[in-house]
Amino acid sequence: MESGKNFVLGIYNDEDVLLEAVTKVRESGVKIHEVYSPFPVHGLEDALGYKRTRLPIAAFMFGLLGTSLALTMQTWMLGVDWPMIIGGKNFISLPPFIPVTFELTVLLSALGMVATFMIVSDLKPYKKPRMFDIRSTDDKHVMAVDLGSNNLSKAEIGKVLNESGASEVNDKNFD
Amino acid sequence: MTEERYEFTAGAKKKIFILGAVGIVLLIIGVFMAKSGGHAEEAGHALNTIEETSLLASADENTIVSNSEEAHGEEGEHHESAPWLKRIFSNLWINNVYFTGLAIIGLFFITIQYASQAGWSAGMKRIPLAMASYLPLAGIIMLVSWFAVKADVFHWTHSTLYAEGTDTFDKIINGKAGLWYWPLAKGSFPIFYVARMVIFFGLWYWFFKLIKDHMLAEDLEGGFDHWKKARSLSAIFLVIFAVTSSVSAWDWVMSVDPHWFSTMFGWYMFASWWVNGLAFITIVVVMLKQKGYLKVVNSNHLHDIGKFIFGFSIFWAYIWFSQFLLIYYANIPEEVVYFIERISSSNYAWIFYTNIILNFVLPFLLLMTRDAKRHMSILMVVCPIIIVGHWVDFYLMITPGVMKTDGAFGLIEIGMFMVFLALFIYVMLHNLTKSLLVAKNHPMLEESLHHHI
Repeated sequence: MESGKNFVLGIYNDEDVLLEAVTKVRESGVKIHEVYSPFPVHGLEDALGYKRTRLPIAAFMFGLLGTSLALTMQTWMLGVDWPMIIGGKNFISLPPFIPVTFELTVLLSALGMVATFMIVSDLKPYKKPRMFDIRSTDDKHVMAVDLGSNNLSKAEIGKVLNESGASEVNDKNFD
Repeated sequence: MTEERYEFTAGAKKKIFILGAVGIVLLIIGVFMAKSGGHAEEAGHALNTIEETSLLASADENTIVSNSEEAHGEEGEHHESAPWLKRIFSNLWINNVYFTGLAIIGLFFITIQYASQAGWSAGMKRIPLAMASYLPLAGIIMLVSWFAVKADVFHWTHSTLYAEGTDTFDKIINGKAGLWYWPLAKGSFPIFYVARMVIFFGLWYWFFKLIKDHMLAEDLEGGFDHWKKARSLSAIFLVIFAVTSSVSAWDWVMSVDPHWFSTMFGWYMFASWWVNGLAFITIVVVMLKQKGYLKVVNSNHLHDIGKFIFGFSIFWAYIWFSQFLLIYYANIPEEVVYFIERISSSNYAWIFYTNIILNFVLPFLLLMTRDAKRHMSILMVVCPIIIVGHWVDFYLMITPGVMKTDGAFGLIEIGMFMVFLALFIYVMLHNLTKSLLVAKNHPMLEESLHHHI
């Protein structure tokens, strides 16, 4: 079956039940696609076994890019392209370059991090969000299991979800 | 939860005594080395640097005054001490300011935690409290040594500077004299200065005592009242500290170079004290943990204090650079002489750049990742770097002002630092045994136990 199209949803009323359920469901060999909650549930990432984000590495790389860009830009502008005498200093002198370098480092690091995050999370303007169950924005926790990436049948997965404490088990299909 | 107490073992005491004894031996060897050699070399340096200074600074009336400082000393009523003795005095003063900083930052850390109602640090507050118990001793040592070192470290204490109409009269210092001598006559006893020193230490100790009493009473009685009262006291202390830390920076460090001034200086010294104190707290916490104490502190708490150190290393660099850039760019002779003394002298130039590497570059790169802040092994690399780095920072603030171009770095510096360090650690650990290691009735201890980031 193609992945990303047909889902089984487990609806949970309580975050403590949800946390235990996530562990139980994973232990029974079912791969969880994602859990949607109306508020942050402490320890959910650990229970789902998510790896830590590598976003800081991207931030550092973009920061380095900003640093080198700023230094190159100022050296070229004030040292090569249009040298100007300012306060009797050398054309290329490091101290006055530092504030601009700092600002560009921060700017590129921040913008690069946001861009990376949006690309990795598949967020873009005018993207139509996939809503598994509208109640996950109100008072229910929704666990989505992708049938395409699991070997078990729909009935078997439904049974696992039911046993883990889900108040309802629903189907959800996207075209 | 079991009550946890620190035991100051004989082994630990022995190690501290060895640290102090080695320090004294190094100090004595250093003095003999300084006395026996290096005189001819010093004279050569002095000439070179003065020439450089006058080249870079414009031929302004004020600059000539600031360069003729050496001349004053010899003609003044005080006899100029020998270079090795001046070096000892200079070191004495560096360590005074440095360890006073560690002590007062202990109190400052606690008050910050109270005022911001922080919960994460509830389990480790006894360590800064023990650091702050060095305050009364710091005050006594500072006051006594001030009178010993004043003629050599504080040029403005020479009364001949204020005799109008004579050769030794110094217009600039005379204009600032009120800061030290008011309400007495200029050049007499610096009552305002000494009174400030006494009052600052008095105020700091008073608040330390009040807050400490509430912290310890909380262990016995529990409840929320002691925490609330300590918070109010902390808020008042922070206002007082904002003023006193700045003024003490002018008094104890900036007035070593009496012609020079910087409006950033209060912040600069505070930043140096603060990040240094944080590094010291971390070292003590980690060492206690390695000895099996402080089970309530885990990698989440270390992460928080690691972020503190990371952030304030950058803050220090920001303050340091802001002071440097403005002076460099404006290039006003009486300001820029401060950096010329430090960069163009071969004695200080390497220390000047080392300072930036130790206090900014290394902590910034080493503590950047999340894992680095959570692992004791990396913190135990970075924190000692910062501890040494900020000693170097204070060395650069004080020694070039005292020794001019005769300054050196050797066994005297290392030995004196070790002696003071041993004394400080002894007082701190001795006071750590006097109360519980973890405040068992702290209202936020539960929050601290569940701290997770």
